[in-house]
Amino acid sequence: MNRPIVDARGLHKHFGSLHVLKGVDLTVAERELVFVIGPSGSGKSTLLRCLNRLEEPSSGSVVVDGIDMLDPRTDINHARQRIGMVFQSFNLYPHMTALGNVTLALRKVAGKSRAQAEALGRAALERVGLADRAGHTPGQLSGGQQQRVAIARSIALEPRVMLFDEPTSALDPELVGSVLEVMRSLRESGMTMIVVSHEMGFARNAADRVVFMDEGAIVEAGPPAAIFESPAHERTRTFIGQIQRH
Amino acid sequence: MRGDWARFTDTFLNAKVMHKYLPDILSGVVVTIELAFLIVVTGIAAGLALALLRSLAIRPLNWLIVVIVDLFRSLPPLVVIVLIYFGLPSVGLSPSGFVSTWLSLAFVLMAFSEEIFWAGITSVDRGQWEAARSTGLSFGQTLMSVVLPQAFRLTIPPLTNRTIAITKGTALGTVVAVTEILGQASSAMSNSYNPSPLIMGAAAYLVLFFPVVVAARWVETKFAWKR
Repeated sequence: MNRPIVDARGLHKHFGSLHVLKGVDLTVAERELVFVIGPSGSGKSTLLRCLNRLEEPSSGSVVVDGIDMLDPRTDINHARQRIGMVFQSFNLYPHMTALGNVTLALRKVAGKSRAQAEALGRAALERVGLADRAGHTPGQLSGGQQQRVAIARSIALEPRVMLFDEPTSALDPELVGSVLEVMRSLRESGMTMIVVSHEMGFARNAADRVVFMDEGAIVEAGPPAAIFESPAHERTRTFIGQIQRH
Repeated sequence: MRGDWARFTDTFLNAKVMHKYLPDILSGVVVTIELAFLIVVTGIAAGLALALLRSLAIRPLNWLIVVIVDLFRSLPPLVVIVLIYFGLPSVGLSPSGFVSTWLSLAFVLMAFSEEIFWAGITSVDRGQWEAARSTGLSFGQTLMSVVLPQAFRLTIPPLTNRTIAITKGTALGTVVAVTEILGQASSAMSNSYNPSPLIMGAAAYLVLFFPVVVAARWVETKFAWKR
């Protein structure tokens, strides 16, 4: 196993009296694609959001690409550039064009000139197949195209790892394929990815490892075939049974 | 019938009176413009500054902001003017009527515009903050580049309405001897024993504010973008 890009240990998260993460360990190696599945409210999204500190863990440690994310001396804005994140609801900036969305952080955070940023931004849009939509605003794009722009916004910063928080859940079924296609090509380019999703077909043929979470803890983890065909735990079996009936 | 009409024009549209007091009304227009400009610029700037301070979420500071804002939103503007003009001399400051009117209305506009800006800022979806922060933008960069442009679009209609309403309050300056339009018109009226100057004053307000209302409409359409 290569050196870990993401090394999270003993993560706990409380929301008031709610104990959402109950001591989660997650280590992800370079170029690995880890799928996180589990019923809603199991803490998958919270786990993901703790990795780039959008959510402050109550305790535990998170090291990403050698950077201690929870150390107060860490420049969190600098560290976050190495961690791309894609959201269920795309969260594109509606007042900017696709290119504007992709270049904002390049200019403001990575310190690129406008020309450099636009060149990198167009290259990123090209990678998600939307080079011809650079001048469109989010409102003029379909959901699938918006999500691909959101992916371009992240990969333009050349992150070391990409976090996907239910990237296809808000999409009409016929638009899911185009987003998965982009994710597949990212994977082929060697991107380390952590994906929270219910796209079991994609998990089956693209994931290196599937992690099943329930009630704030990891129940089991393993290669997709093992988790889907012969889960060790009853809870995993029940969940996969429910998912596959649809 | 013809006699009635002649009496009417003689009373309300008396050319001689109007001609005589036109310079006074025009100088009132200049004072009103100066006052309105100062009120709008300082009131909105201060309101925006308070809203930005409030977004830092420092609790004691926010309480203070809310108290100040609610105070100036509840007091009638005339009361604020009178308090500043007649009250401040007792602590050794004696602002002129002009300064009292400016400060009072600027405080009131600050209070209302803070609430409007704040509502705009909080109505921007959380996901916008999260997306921007996840790409490494700082709090301030996110606020400036992502949140405020969206918030402004939502604030333009209520802000222009409120700005127009408060700017028209410059007429209250008459009470503290500011020689703005209404002040000039009413002193002209008492000097000439004829209400024609008041009609001129009303016309002057129309000429002054109608373009502002039209401009506000134009700004509203300009700030709209396709969703």
